[in-house]
Amino acid sequence: MPTLRIPSPLRPYTDGSGEVSVQGNTVGEALDDLTSQYPALRQHLFNGDGHVRPFVNLYLHEENIKQLQGMDTPVAVDDRILLIPSIAGGR
Amino acid sequence: MLPELTRAEILRYSRHLLIPEVGLEGQRKLKAASVLVIGTGGLGSPVALYLAAAGIGRIGLVDYDVVDSSNLQRQVIHGTASIGTLKVESAHDRMLDLNPDIQVEIYNEPFTSDNAMRIAESYDLIVDGTDNFPTRYLTNDLCVLTGKPNVYGSIYRFDGQVSVFDATRGPCYRCLFPEPPPPGLVPSCAEGGVLGVLPGTIGTLQATEALKLILGIGQPLIGRLLLYNALDMSFEFVKLRKNPNCKICGPEPEVTELIDYEAFCGVPGHDHEEGSAGVDWDITAPELAARLQKGNHIRLVDVREPHELEISQLEGASLIPLGQMAARLSELDSAEEIVLFCKAGTRSARALELLLSAGFRKVKNLKGGINAWAREVDPSLPVY
Repeated sequence: MPTLRIPSPLRPYTDGSGEVSVQGNTVGEALDDLTSQYPALRQHLFNGDGHVRPFVNLYLHEENIKQLQGMDTPVAVDDRILLIPSIAGGR
Repeated sequence: MLPELTRAEILRYSRHLLIPEVGLEGQRKLKAASVLVIGTGGLGSPVALYLAAAGIGRIGLVDYDVVDSSNLQRQVIHGTASIGTLKVESAHDRMLDLNPDIQVEIYNEPFTSDNAMRIAESYDLIVDGTDNFPTRYLTNDLCVLTGKPNVYGSIYRFDGQVSVFDATRGPCYRCLFPEPPPPGLVPSCAEGGVLGVLPGTIGTLQATEALKLILGIGQPLIGRLLLYNALDMSFEFVKLRKNPNCKICGPEPEVTELIDYEAFCGVPGHDHEEGSAGVDWDITAPELAARLQKGNHIRLVDVREPHELEISQLEGASLIPLGQMAARLSELDSAEEIVLFCKAGTRSARALELLLSAGFRKVKNLKGGINAWAREVDPSLPVY
């Protein structure tokens, strides 16, 4: 199964998990499965209109999925999708 | 013409002079260089210390804060003796103790759209060690508009990000993050915490990148983002591309001068310690104490994480962590008077918004959180 990597700021919504196994053949399906496993994540990842929030980036094979086929980007069983949110801490 | 090194400097930097990639000429480049470090906190501490030790000729420091004991878990440039003093002065003294041959210029003021151009003008490169979104967008835009490289680092709990944003050669911060998160959605380190050594790791990487850029050696992190996780001890890289629609570094920029970044991000330009839900929805600790004393029935709801209960608790409060609030609203009765609280009032203000949008009206936010209660009502509780 493909996995999704969850960064620290979002781990409170995945019961602390840093990697979540998901089902799906595309990035969009993988995200749908992630948010059905952890519904509290939905508002952090998606706008009201269902688009991924602009401060969240999704990467597959080191590339932003915007450079690939967006939500339709195919994922293989051993793929790992990175979720990269903006964080601002520094002090 | 690069400045010459004195005999004392040749001895001081001998370990650099032995490396062919640095050598005498490289050390002279470092001596001729100037770097502006925004923030003298967790990231700024190792950045400023290592740049001073490396012999960067002129280092500027921007910060407006004073040293607090809760800083010392990670802000290693300061010491217990400097608690209560200005951070820029404390850092200045420590850097000159480490290396008296350099110049340290201090700016004891918040970094804003009004002073950023003036402060940054005379520096070759900028290191972003700030703690909030408005100042990060300001630093990015300043660097894009002036063509200066921006050595970026940011941290949260166990995660760190590092990159070099140089719009003359690659993408900028806005190419990656066109817009800031909505206020309150991404917690700050003041609320969420940070492993003390994490800014040490990330700031040291930023200092490394700054030195490489000045020396012109190696592969800088331009067009790459480093993702570090301390728990997994993982370093991962992703490729960053210039966004052709970037509002500041794209071919048709909308942003051509510094803007109001607090308005752009909807939050103040500093990591707020004390949270508020606005005058209509806040209740102060003494007010709450007085109402409880009168015997008013008030449901106290603690929205912190379970492990924080070991530090301090309010008697009779029920625990519903913020992350679970949306799913557990049915445990609350909108006919009851509810007071929400957390450590300092930021998470509970966010919980209050959730309750308001679910139709609750008899709900208040404990301003300043349980820390305010500890300071103003029950000094037997610790402040954290």
